[in-house]
This record gives sequence, structure tokens and C-alpha cells, in this order.
Amino acid sequence: MLSLENVHVYYGNIHALNGISLHVDDGELVTLLGSNGAGKSTCLHAISRLLNLRQGTIRYRGEDFSRLSPYEVVQRGISQAPEGRHIFSGLTVGENLLMGASQRHNRLEIESDLQYVHSLFPVLKERLHQTAGTLSGGEQQMLAIGRALMSKPRLLLLDEPSLGLAPIMVQTIFAVIQKVRQEGGTVLLVEQNARQALEIADRGYVLETGSIMLEGSARELRTNAAVEKAYLGG
Amino acid sequence: MSAAPKRTWLNRQRLPLLIVLGASLIFCALVSIFADQSSYLVRVIVLLGINIILVVALNLSNGFTGVFSLGHVGFMAIGAYVSSILTLTLETKSENLPDLPAWLAHVQFGFLPALLTAGVLAAIIAWMIGIPLMRLSGHYVSVATLGFLVIVHIVLINWTQFTRGARTFSGVLQYTTLWWVYLWVLIAIYVVWRVVNSPYGRMLLAVREDSIAAKVVGINVLRARLLAFVVSAFLTAVGGGLMAHYLTSFSPATFYFTATFNYIIMLVVGGMGSISGSVLGTVVVTLLSEVLRNAENGIQLGTLKLPPVYGISQIILAVVFVLIVNLRREGLMGGREINWARLFRLETPS
Amino acid sequence: MGPVDYLLQQTMNAFSLGSIYALVAIGLAMVFGILRLINFAHGDLMMVACYSAFFLITTGIGFVATLIITIITTLLLGVLMERLAYRPVRGAPDVIMLLTSLAVSIFLENVFIMFLSPVPRSFRGVSPAFLDIVNHWGAVSVSNINLATIGITAVLFVLLLLFVTRTRLGIQMRATSEDLMAAQLVGININAVIMTAFAIGSAMAGIAGMLWAARLGKIDPLMGFIPLLKAFVAAVIGGFGSLAGAVLGAYLLGFAEIFLVGFLPPSLSSYRDAFVFVLLIIVLLVRPNGILGSSEREKV
Repeated sequence: MLSLENVHVYYGNIHALNGISLHVDDGELVTLLGSNGAGKSTCLHAISRLLNLRQGTIRYRGEDFSRLSPYEVVQRGISQAPEGRHIFSGLTVGENLLMGASQRHNRLEIESDLQYVHSLFPVLKERLHQTAGTLSGGEQQMLAIGRALMSKPRLLLLDEPSLGLAPIMVQTIFAVIQKVRQEGGTVLLVEQNARQALEIADRGYVLETGSIMLEGSARELRTNAAVEKAYLGG
Repeated sequence: MSAAPKRTWLNRQRLPLLIVLGASLIFCALVSIFADQSSYLVRVIVLLGINIILVVALNLSNGFTGVFSLGHVGFMAIGAYVSSILTLTLETKSENLPDLPAWLAHVQFGFLPALLTAGVLAAIIAWMIGIPLMRLSGHYVSVATLGFLVIVHIVLINWTQFTRGARTFSGVLQYTTLWWVYLWVLIAIYVVWRVVNSPYGRMLLAVREDSIAAKVVGINVLRARLLAFVVSAFLTAVGGGLMAHYLTSFSPATFYFTATFNYIIMLVVGGMGSISGSVLGTVVVTLLSEVLRNAENGIQLGTLKLPPVYGISQIILAVVFVLIVNLRREGLMGGREINWARLFRLETPS
Repeated sequence: MGPVDYLLQQTMNAFSLGSIYALVAIGLAMVFGILRLINFAHGDLMMVACYSAFFLITTGIGFVATLIITIITTLLLGVLMERLAYRPVRGAPDVIMLLTSLAVSIFLENVFIMFLSPVPRSFRGVSPAFLDIVNHWGAVSVSNINLATIGITAVLFVLLLLFVTRTRLGIQMRATSEDLMAAQLVGININAVIMTAFAIGSAMAGIAGMLWAARLGKIDPLMGFIPLLKAFVAAVIGGFGSLAGAVLGAYLLGFAEIFLVGFLPPSLSSYRDAFVFVLLIIVLLVRPNGILGSSEREKV
């Protein structure tokens, strides 16, 4: 349902994405792997329309994204929890979650989704009136994902959710991602933690300096020698 | 041509530059000999020259070091007032500035000593305020220097003993001639060129936009910025002195926001970080301003007479500025210098 | 007049002056918080409001109608300014945005100089007569204009506070101010938020302008300049970008100005404004993020 075709993105003169073509189908969990600077976050930013394409198209459910504003992307059902979390530190947890629902208008539905997020992340419910900046790293990550879920996305973009988190926290996060997926959600997951990502993904792409080097099912990638050596410490 | 390049002083880059220098020298000689020195043409050329000095100096600070000063006209004012107070004849002093302290009331400086004194004083002030200011970045330093401009303005208006306050400061001898301006234009361009191409200058250029890199390089950046700022202030003050001794009368309002904005437009139009850009931008904007200023008095287009519209020149300049910033942010020269050799076809483009 | 009475009187003056600065500073802080833009033209909005009121009153539609139309006009001008001059340079380096706002300011000022003369006009007769009444409470004199200023400002503060804490748009404005990118990612329509910030800030500047003119008694095309600079100093002192900081700084500045005049030797009193700017520079050096701002420095 999401497809990128021959996407080229530039930062000034730097050719950040060099002819990226990938797709994500309904109900899948696809992961984007690659080392730092490979272009994974750039991909997500392009999908969310924070960046313009020099060339190529991004299509979602048949609609061409090239003219949309970032908030219209959220309207269409794509929501991102960015790298580094970027929660609104001066706002409370509750206000952060409310901001996630910025494009929604049905108060009852918003409320029920809020309850859903509370069920996924009980700690957020406890800290509802706390200023978001005072949360721990792991809690902030949960808030970031919860906030992204508040827009009721059909496609969830996650950028390095495990970055900087303790192993136990990482487990929790990945468990939640799986749960979202099991309940019918579609996820595009950018991760440096290739092992964990490939365990829960259906398919994956490996990016290297702006181009896709490898693609395949998660099993294929897991057993691929090059991937093992580069990303799985094999 | 595969021979090793001859290491002569007169090489491909220098020759066209010397030609330009020679041509401008001849031009000045012709104008000063044959043109009526009080004519409008000469007036425009002199003011153009002074503006070039000011904008080239401004570029040293704003364009090359990234310290975007909004307060440079304050140094210009200091240069103007200090040099003028020094060169006033004793009678004018006792007439216009009766309350001057004795040590000032009885001295009269020559033109050059007055200019240099004013320049050095401005440099000292720049050094004092620069030490703390160079640590700031982005809009903080711009705002702080703006504060400096306002402070200078308030002091000028209130220190009536020395400045006649908000009233016109007149009776200044018209020492500034085309040759004086020409000389100082050469000095200004040469000095700025030397600073920019020194190791200090190169370092500044490298870290200009990148504050993190600047932090890594550390204390040297601060020292280099301070140097550029102080040199820039010196030249600006001299420019102010030259201006004062050409206009022969001025007031604090001459050196405030309107002037600031005009010089910034010249800087931006020409392109920051390029000396030839500053010259070019100054020429374009100064000439445009003159045309517009004449239009303010009403234009005669055949039988159609447009009425006077005061303020239109400022408005158009403001609009021009917004357009440039939107369409070609880097200015006319794009931050690069004119490649004289290529211009004179002594080199083929690579 | 005894020292306590004098103190009371000056305190009232300081509150009144600080209130006007606060109204202007809030608009500046709002826009800076979101866009990192220092809007020099903000002071000129005060001027436009005053001239609108000046001409509308002569049409005889009455003070209340004049007030409403003036505020709306100023609001629209602010929004227009954003759309035409600032949106194209969004994301540009700080100095470019700063210079663009300077250009807009010069443009507005000169347009008004061009079409109306630079000669000041009297504002008496625009504001209703009851504002000029001076009450005498014992030895203390308090004019109605001061009371009105303080009262109006207080009401506006409360409304603004409710807006940014209780309404979705208001919370979105705070969010956008914190993190523009994240705001876009959660689906906030930042163009709408920015427009709202300009609208609110401009309306407040318009009100402040009229209060300022009512105090001063006259208007001229360059009148917005000094209050702008003062409001700017206020916002920086308090913590630029923070609304609470802007308000705090404004009242501190109001008090500093009023009481500095009292304590400076008479020969130096006209240098009062210069001291204000020295204060600005000191604050920028010691604590560039202001009193309420974070102390993380962004130097060099």
C-alpha cells in the first residue's frame, strides 16, 4: 500500500537517497536496516513529507504524495515516531498524547484510543500529568510511540525506537510493536538493532549510503552471510 | 603550455588587477582635473567611494566572520563626531561647542591625524565591547550590537557638551576630496583582503556557519573574530570621518537605522563574504538610491509629471531587499570574488 | 508627598508601563518561539493601529466600533505580513529573517510617512474622555488610563493563559514552539498555528499601541520603534521565546525604568534608555536565555 519508486533526495549537494524503491503492504512489518548515515531516517522523513524529492514518487494507497503537507500525511493515516523521540518536553504526558490526535475530531474515539494507549503503556497513565521532559528515556520512547498511535495510523513509521534504551526497555518496546502489528497494524521499522528487528519483521531492506543493497524476507536476511557479518556480529 | 609557471610578480592574476587599478587611477585623475568638484557627478562618486569603504569594512565582520553586527553605524558615528570635533577651527569650536573642556577647546587637528585618532578610538571601543560579544552567536550578537547602536545614539543626543545633542553639527571643514576617498578605498580593500587571506581569516571562513566546529577550534576563533571586528570598526570609523568631512554637517539621526539598513542592503545585494561583491553591491544600490532620490522630487516624463513622493526610495529599497533575499540569497557575487583573469580572458574556464 | 505615597504612585506607573511592554513582548515572544524570527515590524503594528483608530474616530462610528475594527485590521495586517514576507524565508538563516523583518518595518514606516506626513498628530479625542481623569487617593494620583491599562492587560493575560492551556490550538501552539519538526510529524497544521500566533500577537500589539498613544497623547509614523526595542529587551531579559518570561521581563523593565529615573542623578536621567540597553547587553552576556530560560548556553 506504500510504495517508493526511484526516490532521490538531496541535502544541499549531498545525494542522501539514491534511487530508493521499496514497498510496504497492508499488515506487514517491514524493517529498514543499515548503518549510521545510510539514509534510513531520510527515507522516513521523505515519506512524512518533511523533505522534498528531487526525483521519484511516493505513493500511498494509490495517491501521489508529492504535494502534501506533513499534516496531510498524518491525515492520510501515516504517523511517525522520529529518531531521538522528540516529545514535547514542556507539555505534560497527557498533552503530548492529545497532540498526537491533532488531526482527529471525534472526542469519543480519541478517548477510547487514549485508553488503548494506556493499556499498552500503563506507566504513561500513571504519569499523565507529569511534564514530559522529566520522564526517563524509556518512558519518553513509550510516549513517542503512544503519541504516534493517537492519530490512529494505518501505517506506523518507527525510527530507531530502541536507541539508547536498556535491554529490558527494548524488550518492552518490541513487544508493543508486535502487539500493534498483531492487531492489524502495518509497521515500517528503522533499526540499527538488526537482530531484534529481523526477529519480528516479515521483510526487510538493507540500505547502504543511500541505496538499497539487499532485500528479502526476514528469514532470508537473517541467514544472509553479508548481513550476518555486517549487522549481526557474525 | 607545459613549461613550469614563471614565478614572476606579474602573473596572470595580478596583471588584470593592476590594469583595473591603473584604470581607476586614471579615471580619478581625469575627474579631479576636469570635472567641477562641486558638481553632482563628483558628489555621487565621492559618496560611492565612502560607501564602498563602509561596506567592505562591514563585510569583514558580517560577511566573513559570521558576526552579524547591526551596530556598525555606531562606529561610523563615533568616527564622524570624534574626527570633526578635532578638526573644527578654534572659532567654530567656541561658537558651536562652547562648553568643551579646555584640553579640547584649544586644539585643532589636521585631517589625517583626526581620522586616525577617531579610528583608533573606535577600535579601542570595539575591542572592549567585542571581548564579551564575540562569544555570542546568531541573533544574540546582532541584537547586542543593535543595543550598541542605540546606546551610541542616545549618548550622542544627550552629551550636548561634545555633540550639540540632536541639533545639527555643522561648520566642519570639507577636507574630503576624491583622492582622499580613493586612497582609503584602496587601503580598506587591501587591509580586508589581507585579513581574510591570513591564517586567522581562513579559519574564520571555515567555521563561519558551523558553530560546533567553531567550538572545537575554540579560543582562536574568538581571537580572530575580535581582530576582524576591531579592524572593521577602525575602517568604519575612518569612513564616518570621511563622510563627516564631506557633508560638513550632520546630526545623530544621520547615523541611525536608515543608514544601517542602507549599508546592509548594499552588503546583501553584493553578497556577503566577497570583497568584489561588496563593491558591486555598493555601486548598484548607491546608484539606485540616487535615481530614486531624484524621483522623490518628482519626475518629468515628457508631458507627464509625477508628483514628489518622499520615502519612496526607502520603500523600493526594502522591496528590493526582500526580493534579493528570496530570489538570490547569496547576492550578486554569490560570495565569490571576481576572477579577474577569467574576466580578461587570460584563462579559459576549467 | 511622603515617601510611601511616592512609592505607591511610582509602583502604579511601573505596573502600567510594564503592562504595555508585556502586551507587545508577548507577541514578539510568541513569534520568536515558533519561528526564531525577531519581528522588527511588530512595533509598527502599534503605529498602524493608532492611525486606524485616529481616522476611524473621525467617521463618527463611536469608540467601541473603532476599537473593534482597529484590532481586526491590525490582526489582519500581521497575518498578511507573515504570509507575504516571512513564510518565504522560513527556515533561512537567522540573519536573513531578521533583516527581512527590518525591511518590512522600514517599508511600513515609509509608506505611512509617504501617505501621511511624519508630523505627529494628537491622539486626544480618540480615546474617550474618561480615560484622562486622574483619581486622587490621598496624596497618590492615579489616572484612569493607568488603571485601564493594568486592567485590560490582566484580562488579556487570563484569556491567553486559558487559550494555551485549555484549547487544542493553544496547546498546539506551545508544542510547535517547542519542536517544530515533531509538531509537523504529529499532524499539527503549523501554518495555521503560525498564523494564529501572528494574529494574537498583532492584536495585542494593536491594543498596546492605542494604550501607549493614549498615555503619550500623540502619534507619528515612527512611534512604534521605541516600544518595540523596549519590549524586545523585556522579552530577552525574561527569556526569549517564553511567554511567562516575556511578561516577567516586561514588568521588570517597567519597574527598572520608572525607578531608575528616580534614583539616577538628574544630569543622567535622559540616559535612562541607554542604561536599559546596557542592561540588555549584560543579560545577553551573562544569561543569554534570560531569567526564565534554560541556562544551557548556545555560544559561538
